[in-house]
Amino acid sequence: MATTTCACQAGVGEAEAEAALIARLDELLADYIGKPGGLIPALQLTQKLIGYLPDEAMRRISELFDKPYSEVTGVVTFYSFFSTQPRGKCLVRVCLGTACYVRGGKEVLEAIKKHLAIEVGQTTADRNFSLEVGRCFGACGLAPVIMVNDDVHQRVKPARVGELLKAYAAADEAAQAEVA
Amino acid sequence: MIEVTLNGEKTTVPAGTTILEAARGLGIRIPTLCHLEGKPPLGACRVCLVEVEGARTLMAACATVLAPNMVVKTHSGRVRAARRQVVQLLLSEHDGDCQVCDRNEDCELRELAHELGIERVPYEGVRAKAARDESTPALIRDNAKCIKCRRCVTVCGEMQGVGALFPQGRGFDTVIGPAFTQDLDGVACVQCGQCAAVCPVGAITERSHIDEVWKAIEDPTKVVVVQTAPAIRAALGECFDYEPGTLVTGKMVTALRRLGFDGVFDTNFTADLTIMEEGTELLLRLKKALVEKEPVALPMFTSCSPGWIKFAEYYYPQYLPNLSSCKSPQQMFGAVAKTYYAQKIGCKPENMVVVSVMPCTAKKFEAQRPEMNSSGVQDVDYVLTTRELGRMIDQAGIEFRNLPDGQMDDPLGLSSGAADIFANTGGVMEAALRTVYELISGRELPVKNLHLTAVAGLDGVKEATLKLENLLPEWAFLEGVEVKVAVAHGLSNARKVLEALKRGEAPYHFVEVMTCPGGCIGGGGQPRFTDDSVRLKRIAAIYAEDEGKTLRKSHENEQIKKIYQDFLKTPGSHTSHELLHTKYAGRAKV
Repeated sequence: MATTTCACQAGVGEAEAEAALIARLDELLADYIGKPGGLIPALQLTQKLIGYLPDEAMRRISELFDKPYSEVTGVVTFYSFFSTQPRGKCLVRVCLGTACYVRGGKEVLEAIKKHLAIEVGQTTADRNFSLEVGRCFGACGLAPVIMVNDDVHQRVKPARVGELLKAYAAADEAAQAEVA
Repeated sequence: MIEVTLNGEKTTVPAGTTILEAARGLGIRIPTLCHLEGKPPLGACRVCLVEVEGARTLMAACATVLAPNMVVKTHSGRVRAARRQVVQLLLSEHDGDCQVCDRNEDCELRELAHELGIERVPYEGVRAKAARDESTPALIRDNAKCIKCRRCVTVCGEMQGVGALFPQGRGFDTVIGPAFTQDLDGVACVQCGQCAAVCPVGAITERSHIDEVWKAIEDPTKVVVVQTAPAIRAALGECFDYEPGTLVTGKMVTALRRLGFDGVFDTNFTADLTIMEEGTELLLRLKKALVEKEPVALPMFTSCSPGWIKFAEYYYPQYLPNLSSCKSPQQMFGAVAKTYYAQKIGCKPENMVVVSVMPCTAKKFEAQRPEMNSSGVQDVDYVLTTRELGRMIDQAGIEFRNLPDGQMDDPLGLSSGAADIFANTGGVMEAALRTVYELISGRELPVKNLHLTAVAGLDGVKEATLKLENLLPEWAFLEGVEVKVAVAHGLSNARKVLEALKRGEAPYHFVEVMTCPGGCIGGGGQPRFTDDSVRLKRIAAIYAEDEGKTLRKSHENEQIKKIYQDFLKTPGSHTSHELLHTKYAGRAKV
């Protein structure tokens, strides 16, 4: 077999970091374990820490919460917020709730798909952006709305999405330059 | 108590009663496709809608608790119209294959559609994606037929504590199945078939062996023998419209003979054999612990129920040494039939076909476990559920209700009442103690009518203590010992015992576990629908079968004495170990 250099050296480090986090889930999720209704916030926190919900994390959570694995995956597959695939650094979520939909949310979504060259549920090749749709972020008065990570952007115009997203990519590059 | 009015009739019910429960108490049947007695309401199927005076919408009877002075109409025109629409919507998604569906006879959805007078389905619904799962030996799942009622989720999760099934995904795309909708063989399913027993439609059924059995019967080169589990005789009648709890042992024997089996035998025979082997094993373990002071795995757990075995292998591998090494009566029968009996009639094991009739789907899994071939070939070839046997009898044009009574064949057909009660929760324990106590004391088990009532009945975990006194000299080391036993049925109850054991709070010597609620009489392969009232009737029938025999203790069975004399020598002998005992190994939960 030909030896190839791994294309994602960064990925190896990520895998290690991921494994380390999963190993610590019992302490990280201590506030939720054994409490009624604790499963969903625990999954949210896990996803926030790891970036997505790897299989090992869900199995560990199933053990920690003494719930069948099928129930954990049932909850994860029920909520569109949860992802079992690695995500980009920026999660772009386009609201397609009723208000946003009638005020052009769909056009905004098309523009973002075109700009990032990905479909809903996918991540860009540079792992910078993932794209998802949401059903109402509770900001109907500002429709159409998109969220990039925790930032809410209001009255988004399809023609301006490129500019909006470029700012995130630039901010990320700047942050990386600082680290380097 | 509160006063309410149901269909114009004033009645009082305890506070907290749901409309569905109150109606049942008054003899009003509100249809439901998702509710299971004793379980929290799901409100999933929407078929139990009723009209509550003053309420804006119709309410789900299963999930609505009666309030004082509530006025409810359960079958008004508005209710019937709504129910009809709900069922029409269910039918619009249901890819039922109805003419050839396994549940053609007892499909609850079809029956309800008929009852509601639905003659056509006006909606052209999108059908669920067909995804047949034939990955396991015992069960077949068909997602296209699933109506997402979640009964299977309730029994798998709450009753059995397994949780192999759960709704995956959301909305129309929801699939009731294992994690990420993978196949059943990818998860820790114990194959108990309780899901198939409660499914209102044909979405989960047993894997049928009917065709294979016909083929064997019609093959002139094969000697085909059949064994019937104790629980069949108290339930098979339900396939022919007898009341639950009607004993049909004699008719069953005649039907099996007319189907063409060359030998009609009884799993009860090897249930008696199990008692000899398992009782001896228990006494040996106690001796090791008390006299030789050697480390020994106690309590000992019974090992007759293959769902329980698989459960222990997945979830409690640390307690596998506690399981009795005895094979189940089904597997003992296969091993004995293809050696002892085959030699008697001059038949090679490979020319003999052993068919089991079991109340159980997990037995289909057990029969094909790789270690179950002590005769050199697979010991038990095919396993039919009670339901499948009922269908075969129909296929043969046998009018079951008009059959004369028949007798089981010798030598594997004679059994004691102790073997009969293997079908009931608490029965294996009682049968074992009838023999063990008498063996060590020379006296009968000192309980009324030989029944250990403390471990009978439908409580989840039952306990009893038996003080051993005035024993025979060779068993003097047990003098004064208080034998503590426990009985659990339903795997979530078994889990309770095992967790107590982990915490050091289970000081038992001997524990009986049966996978299914009520024991084998409530098995996943029994006629549908099994609720507690049916379980109690079948249990009573089994006790009646036991009490009707003069032979009520395994060690008094003459054919058992003979097989030891001629073939096995003594319980726990080398031959016994080769044929009747086995080993277990932990399974990864995958």
